[in-house]
Amino acid sequence: MCLAIPAKVTEIVGVDAMVDILGNVRPTKLSLVDDVSVGDYVLIHAGYAIQKLEAQDALETLALFEEMGAALNEDTLA
Amino acid sequence: MKTRSPDEFLQTIHTLAVKIGRRVRLMEVCGTHTTAIARAGLRSTLPESIELVSGPGCPVCVTAQREIERMLLLARRSNVIICTFGDMIRVPGVDSSLEQERSRGADIRVVYSPDDAMHIAEEKTEKEIVFLAVGFETTAPGIAATVLEAVEKKIKNFSLFVSHKLITPAMEAVLHGGASIDGFITPGHVSVVLGSNEFTPLAEKFTIPCVATGFEPSDVLEGIAMLLEAIAEKRCGSFIQYVRAVKPDGNPRAREILFRVYEITDAEWRGLGIIPQSGLRLKKEFSSLDAIERFSLPQIPPVELSDCLCGDVLKGNIHPNECPLFGQACTPRTPVGPCMVSSEGACAARYKYGG
Repeated sequence: MCLAIPAKVTEIVGVDAMVDILGNVRPTKLSLVDDVSVGDYVLIHAGYAIQKLEAQDALETLALFEEMGAALNEDTLA
Repeated sequence: MKTRSPDEFLQTIHTLAVKIGRRVRLMEVCGTHTTAIARAGLRSTLPESIELVSGPGCPVCVTAQREIERMLLLARRSNVIICTFGDMIRVPGVDSSLEQERSRGADIRVVYSPDDAMHIAEEKTEKEIVFLAVGFETTAPGIAATVLEAVEKKIKNFSLFVSHKLITPAMEAVLHGGASIDGFITPGHVSVVLGSNEFTPLAEKFTIPCVATGFEPSDVLEGIAMLLEAIAEKRCGSFIQYVRAVKPDGNPRAREILFRVYEITDAEWRGLGIIPQSGLRLKKEFSSLDAIERFSLPQIPPVELSDCLCGDVLKGNIHPNECPLFGQACTPRTPVGPCMVSSEGACAARYKYGG
């Protein structure tokens, strides 16, 4: 239940953002993080960004995900 | 990219196990770790002297039975729509579950985010929408932010059944309960919010190491190697393996929003009983969003499921397969207790992946 996944911010309107999670675009809230811009990576948990990530760190986690062959499903996102 | 592979971490672990020369018990207190460890079959790769034991880290599993019964009472109200994260709906009550209530006509919806629940409230103004606010410090800030937005939007038909838990008091309760633990694999995403500094007082009080650890197999193995290194060198403290996301101070903004809405209170845990200052409740100014008050839900006397040893599993006293019901009367298809229901429960993970 404490799963969280890196995502790239593609659009921001106030605290509402669209993010790209492994190719899937989803709405996300940015209320819990400061200074996020389009193109930044954030860590998403249950529809909220809980941390801003350095691109290199986000990409490393995503690479580890892919190594595991983790399929993207609701479980992974929740 | 990491410069060290899982095999290299394993080599370090085996070397350190020999150096330490005694049995070492490490506890993970996060359901996501429980699943990650079982899925990757990590137990079988470790030296025999290194034991990984699951603690009270699965939010659904630690929810007290009488809280489950109260959720069921709520689900039976005709004007209520219950919104919940997925795992909760199959948790058995004494004579029902949310899933069974749904098959009898109750409106129970699985949501991905508390924000989704709030949107349902905006659409279904003729209904009362109750979100089951379950989860640790990772989840509570987002729910708090949803509460603030619901208040701002003056959404009147939205409320929360709050059953949040705080992980640090539970870790302390496990140690006070006498479980022999040499180190904690600290929850990675709880640590994103709280910061690794949160665990320093506990580490110093009990002179054990804590390592905030990520969730991929190489993360977990590196976390274990760091714990063993600290144990070998007799160092205690709170350290970070999951440097990609965890900072010593965590996410102060998330904590600020969390504590704008919630305050700390005593909470009842399955298996661990009432732990002082280990839960959250809505602050007085948000009490109109408290489903327990809104629906005058009665107090329920303590209930335990007969023969179910989830409580002992959650305290780290036994491994899932030491419960006589495990794999016999209790399977993921016919779960007796929540540790077999939740995909993150220690029993479900052990049943599915073995080890």
